[in-house]
Amino acid sequence: MMTARILHGIGVSPGLAVGAAVWLRRATAEVPVRTLAENEVAGEQARLRDAVATARAEISALRERVAKDVGEAEAQVFDAHLAFLDDPAYTGEMERKIAAERVNAEAACRDVTEAMRTMLASLPDEYLAARADDILDVGGRLVRLLQGTAGLDLAHLPGPAVLVADELLPSDLSGLPAQVVGFAAARGSRTAHTAILARTMRLPAVYGLGESIEAIADGRTLVVDGDAGLVTVDPSAEEVERVQRDRQAQAELRARAEARAHEAAVTRDGRRIEVFANVGKPEDAAAAVAAGADGVGLFRTEFLYLENDHWPTEEEQYDAYRQVLEAFGDKPVIIRTLDIGGDKQLPYAKLPAEENPFLGLRAIRWCLAEPEVFRTQLRALLRASRHGNLWIMFPMVESVTELREAKAWVARCREELVQEGVEVRADIPLGVMVETPAAALTADVLAREADFFSIGTNDLTQYTLAADRGNADVAHLYDPLHPAILRLIRMTCDAAAKAGIQVGMCGEMAGDAALTELLIGLGLQELSMSSAFVPMVKEQVRGVDTAAARVKADAAAGAESPDAARTVL
Amino acid sequence: MVEQTVTLNNRSGLHARPATLLVREAGKHPCNVWIRKGDKEVDAKSILGVMSLAVGRGETITVRADGSGEEAALKALVELIESGLGEA
Repeated sequence: MMTARILHGIGVSPGLAVGAAVWLRRATAEVPVRTLAENEVAGEQARLRDAVATARAEISALRERVAKDVGEAEAQVFDAHLAFLDDPAYTGEMERKIAAERVNAEAACRDVTEAMRTMLASLPDEYLAARADDILDVGGRLVRLLQGTAGLDLAHLPGPAVLVADELLPSDLSGLPAQVVGFAAARGSRTAHTAILARTMRLPAVYGLGESIEAIADGRTLVVDGDAGLVTVDPSAEEVERVQRDRQAQAELRARAEARAHEAAVTRDGRRIEVFANVGKPEDAAAAVAAGADGVGLFRTEFLYLENDHWPTEEEQYDAYRQVLEAFGDKPVIIRTLDIGGDKQLPYAKLPAEENPFLGLRAIRWCLAEPEVFRTQLRALLRASRHGNLWIMFPMVESVTELREAKAWVARCREELVQEGVEVRADIPLGVMVETPAAALTADVLAREADFFSIGTNDLTQYTLAADRGNADVAHLYDPLHPAILRLIRMTCDAAAKAGIQVGMCGEMAGDAALTELLIGLGLQELSMSSAFVPMVKEQVRGVDTAAARVKADAAAGAESPDAARTVL
Repeated sequence: MVEQTVTLNNRSGLHARPATLLVREAGKHPCNVWIRKGDKEVDAKSILGVMSLAVGRGETITVRADGSGEEAALKALVELIESGLGEA
């Protein structure tokens, strides 16, 4: 009887899967090398051209799929891959090398790919240097096609398989057979292209397993838990059966959730919970609408500033805000004003370096100190307001003084615009993003002057527990289920209820369907999350009874530790 | 042979996406086209060549075209660069 071994990583695509481990070893160094006879050169070049044509077809198909399922911006990554295939310095150089050095196509491909990878990796520009991975991916694909294999024979998998690799590349994920049920990788993060693809394909994935991945041998049974970020090697038969039952139940639940995604989320006792989407770019609005979001709970405006070479103009901002507002019609769209500080670099303006940027001049503090930047944003927002149902939210407010100042700027900008003859919507709610312990503890004071609250649990957790989750030594302390956080959330909700204003949540916690009952019990009326989670959270809401949820929430908030709070749920 | 010097004013310099657009445009013309930054010159029809120049925002490059339709090629590329390479 083997004992199960649990490996810890980062869950990058949710869900549970069980299958046999199939190692994907990249064999760039092991391509066959041979010297060609003179009469073989033309044939070898033709073989290369065939592989390039197939690669082009495969990448185009992948590009189309990503454009449809994820978004045009993500899909454009593959345009560079396609351009490499047509590059005289790349595939052209391979053809030249085949003739000049009389080497086979695989060897030419490996050598030219390696030369280009080295060239790209040495570029001073960080973004361009990162393209080194792209060329490696394209080169790997060509070698695979030249060898006429999938690198490993995925076509003949006997049963469900979990792909195991040091790092997964986009080419690994195209044309995957249906037997592949999940992924495990030593490296990679949630933002890796393949993590995005895994979520699109609904395949559970755990990355960041590090060296512990070596404990996985080919053919061993694995359970991938993409929610908890765990991989179990050699699970017990009971565990395997449990996972299979769970998968079945999840699939049924998901089907039900998606069928009803566009219906309102109402608890069993008749309370409507607004389920909103977090949106990072205007292009993502369509996906959020399609997922069934009742509105936007957090539109981050940072992209306008970070991906630019100048301070974004009023006109540029107006266009972006208008796009999102129009996509949602009369549904609320909460737009957060600029949330930036010394930890971010703008290409066109140096923000002062700070010893401790998360406790420094950031978010609303920075905006109030740089009123021209703030004013431009507010004017753009107010001008866009007539295109939809705009709500404006100020980040990191910790005192009523800041809120008053921010509101005064809105009033001033409104007056300016009205004098200029611009139409501005009369009823624009102005709210506070509750993400400091100070704001939560004085929520009753803020509620007198704010039109709504939205709790940002990521920062609230980090500030309250004084733990940076990016720091591996203290990341275990970062736990939004700490009773301290639960009590701050409850306090904020109580204050909002008393003042009769709406209270929502836009941190990651809001998208975790396992916590939906707890959050409703704490008093939240609106939950905002990545679009992908909307249908499942809505379905979860439909099973909740508010009175029972309150009892549970009170028990969790009164628990002695995060673990004790978890056992209540 | 014709050439012209232009300054890159798009958002990110010659990153993958703008470089892809530039290379695509260059590929439409039958003549040879090069891009020069400082003393390094590369084939404008090569995405890797163009990326290897690592041209940043605000930097100046020279476009050179030689062969049939060189005038049209130069004009098209300069216009594309001046229009911000799809991300003005």
